[in-house]
Amino acid sequence: MGFISERLRAQLGYAAILIATLMSGGALAQDSKVNQLNMSPGVTSSGQAIYDLHMAILWICVVIGVLVFGVMFYSIIYHRKSKGYKASNFHESTKVEIAWTVVPFFILIAMAVPATSTLIEVYDTDEAEMDILVTGYQWKWKYEYLNENGENVSFFSNLRTPQDEIYNTEEKGEHYLLEVDEPMVIPVDTKVRFLVTANDVIHSWWVPELAVKRDAIPGFINETWTRADKEGIYRGQCAELCGKDHGFMPVVVNVVSKEEYASWLEDKQAEAAEIKALMAQTFTMDQLIERGKGVYQGRCAACHGMNGEGGLGTAIAGSAVATGEIAGHLEIGINGVAGTAMQAFGGQLNDVDMAAVLTYQRNAFGNNMGDMVQPIDVFNHKKG
Amino acid sequence: MGDHHHGPAKGLSRWLFTTNHKDIGTMYLWFSFAMFILGGAFAMIIRAELFQPGMQLVEPAFFNQMTTLHGLIMVFGAIMPSFVGLANWMIPMMIGAPDMALPRMNNWSFWILPPAFLILASTLFMEGGAPAFGWTFYAPLSTIYAPPSVTYFIFSIHVLGLSSIMGSINIIATVMNMRAPGMTYMKMPLFVWTWLITAFLLVAVMPVLAGAVTMMLMDIHFGTSFFSAAGGGDPVLFQHIFWFFGHPEVYIIILPAFGVVSQIIPTFSRKPLFGYASMVYATAAIAFLSFIVWAHHMYTVGMPIAGELFFMYATMLIAVPTGVKVFNWITTMWRGSMTFETPMLFSIGFLVLFTIGGFTGLMLSIAPADFQYHDSYFVVAHFHYVMVAGAVFSMTAAVYYWLPKWCGRMYNETMGKTHFWISFIGFNITFFPQHFVGLAGMPRRIPDYALQFADFNMMSSIGAFIYGASQIMFLYNVIATIVAGKPTSDEKVWDGAEGLEWTLPTPAPYHTFETPPAVR
Repeated sequence: MGFISERLRAQLGYAAILIATLMSGGALAQDSKVNQLNMSPGVTSSGQAIYDLHMAILWICVVIGVLVFGVMFYSIIYHRKSKGYKASNFHESTKVEIAWTVVPFFILIAMAVPATSTLIEVYDTDEAEMDILVTGYQWKWKYEYLNENGENVSFFSNLRTPQDEIYNTEEKGEHYLLEVDEPMVIPVDTKVRFLVTANDVIHSWWVPELAVKRDAIPGFINETWTRADKEGIYRGQCAELCGKDHGFMPVVVNVVSKEEYASWLEDKQAEAAEIKALMAQTFTMDQLIERGKGVYQGRCAACHGMNGEGGLGTAIAGSAVATGEIAGHLEIGINGVAGTAMQAFGGQLNDVDMAAVLTYQRNAFGNNMGDMVQPIDVFNHKKG
Repeated sequence: MGDHHHGPAKGLSRWLFTTNHKDIGTMYLWFSFAMFILGGAFAMIIRAELFQPGMQLVEPAFFNQMTTLHGLIMVFGAIMPSFVGLANWMIPMMIGAPDMALPRMNNWSFWILPPAFLILASTLFMEGGAPAFGWTFYAPLSTIYAPPSVTYFIFSIHVLGLSSIMGSINIIATVMNMRAPGMTYMKMPLFVWTWLITAFLLVAVMPVLAGAVTMMLMDIHFGTSFFSAAGGGDPVLFQHIFWFFGHPEVYIIILPAFGVVSQIIPTFSRKPLFGYASMVYATAAIAFLSFIVWAHHMYTVGMPIAGELFFMYATMLIAVPTGVKVFNWITTMWRGSMTFETPMLFSIGFLVLFTIGGFTGLMLSIAPADFQYHDSYFVVAHFHYVMVAGAVFSMTAAVYYWLPKWCGRMYNETMGKTHFWISFIGFNITFFPQHFVGLAGMPRRIPDYALQFADFNMMSSIGAFIYGASQIMFLYNVIATIVAGKPTSDEKVWDGAEGLEWTLPTPAPYHTFETPPAVR
């Protein structure tokens, strides 16, 4: 007996140390969130309400658990045959049964009241000050700022973590898998309404610290909203299995001051105008190849290989498409291949980038075609 | 064949053509264990890949095939057939019947299972790989965007559904018609009750699943648009249909487990089950509620607020009958004279861990909080607490409990207890930390994760390897018992055991209760 309790005490000691380490780890590393144990209240009032609800129910469960398991373990310790305990024979009591049916029912009502009011708050998308259309693609997000005055701004937000980090040939960065080439930018203290939809399969747009998770369903538009109280960069991920790279389509939201947001929006609108101007230009081979290389590495390499050697997608090096008629190459680049993972990139790349990447593919990896695709060719192909 | 006192046929034909409920039960049990090992192997691949951040062992596409097949095989191949096997063995012996009511159909409902799973497993070797859209196979990922093997998957699901429906009809017919004289419904052992209700659930929802996969088939091959908005359909319709099947399905899995525990706890407490009648009513209440809560799996699809509220309230109500069950089990133990043989240990393990899974279930029922929990590892932790520590622990308890009756040999108790403790510890190391990473924001079904989740994932993987390895000990113990266990001819095996099955000789003869026993 003495030996067992001694050993048990030692084990409990280890367990206590482990738990304490975890807790302090969680507390110390609050910013980087390493080993975070609990839900974050986030930076929105609905996030705080959800967190409070979560904690209230957690504590109710803990109290019930302690009582129920307390009775059970008391029984296990004292009512055992090895202690010579003789079994009673009672096996029915209508009063007790009614009591433990009715009491939990009232506890549930007590839980349902705050849950209902929180839900009503979360569902209230009225009086939003701005709208952003969020569209899920396999495997990236598109953000479109719907401006009543001035041009709409839209861009794709792709995973920025390089393949080398994912495949362990390079050290992983601090925000591994939670970093994008271009984050969503929203102003602080502003009610932003998100219109969430998808282009292909179902995705789910989730940012834990904004307490927003809403499914992106092709053909339907869901509404949700947030109002961040604090500036900062908030990171999340797609939450609904959406195919191969479901784990590789993060969401990053940059909450900035209202002034900063206004100047960012201005820059983006200017950028859009610039692209429009570029589309009318004719480029040299070198310009196209330089631009195309960047586009290729960001958009094509994951499936077709860094050196066009293929992978999930077919090889670009020596492919019949990249070394064939320009029209056929344009068709696949713009409209994709139905029934395969090759998507229609016509809506995802602007005409300059499309022209550049096709030119790059035709002249890299030993495909020395020597011909060029200009933005106007892309434009004409899209027009049919 | 006029002689009714013949033994089993010789050789392979005994198993191929058998109509004996014990033979069929045995085949179900071995088959489900084989599937448990296969599904477990897939889980080991998943946990090995998740051992560290970064992709090491498999590619993301294959990872998705593993999560999909792990879920499908564990649900349809391991847990469900194992309880059907148990029902085959035990229901006739518990109600004093000579066999199942429909023995030839019984043979069929087993023998179509292995080909169905062969088809499902063969998709791994097909062009485009196995299904990779999760065991919930949401459209349109499972239709327009699915690999070609999805058609085989659909066929396999159809066959599994057929098997389940035939098995359930057989159980309903047996329980309703073949009880020994004097065994009224309210005298039936609770395992029989839970299975009767489960069988009704199966008959009600398996056709719905068949409907869902048939619509998928039409969408894929015949140009319909049930689940595609482009053609006037709705991807969310798929989820409603799936979960109308899927939520009763989780009770199909857990109700027989409740039944098993309700047999074992009284035996080792040496005290009758507390609140038998309320247990029956609670089971029926859970079964009824299971039909009106399905959309709590879909809180984030953008339902109208009235829908969210209805499903939230209905879901919360499930806590009431489930609570009644837990309280009844604990009161059964209260002032009993308990001993802690392996079946009792697994039952207590079930009770503790299932209750924790019930608590997280209650948390998940709260719609606004679910916006944070939904599709995170918190959900993964929750359903493994109810599926593994619930259904699988209960099934394990059942095997240890009835194995001596089946084969007339006693298992190795020390090894059984060791198996329990390693399972219990391994299970908790695996799944408890998943609550933490889920709350911290780790989505489920991802092959790679952010660095802040690394420590808990490594812990989870280590726990999974421990839990996985402990099942080999279980397999060894069972085989060693059958081959060379200490013979026992004690009818009761356990001194506190009550019920008709314990009035039969040990080991149970090939044919039992050819004349019905008298039930007081």
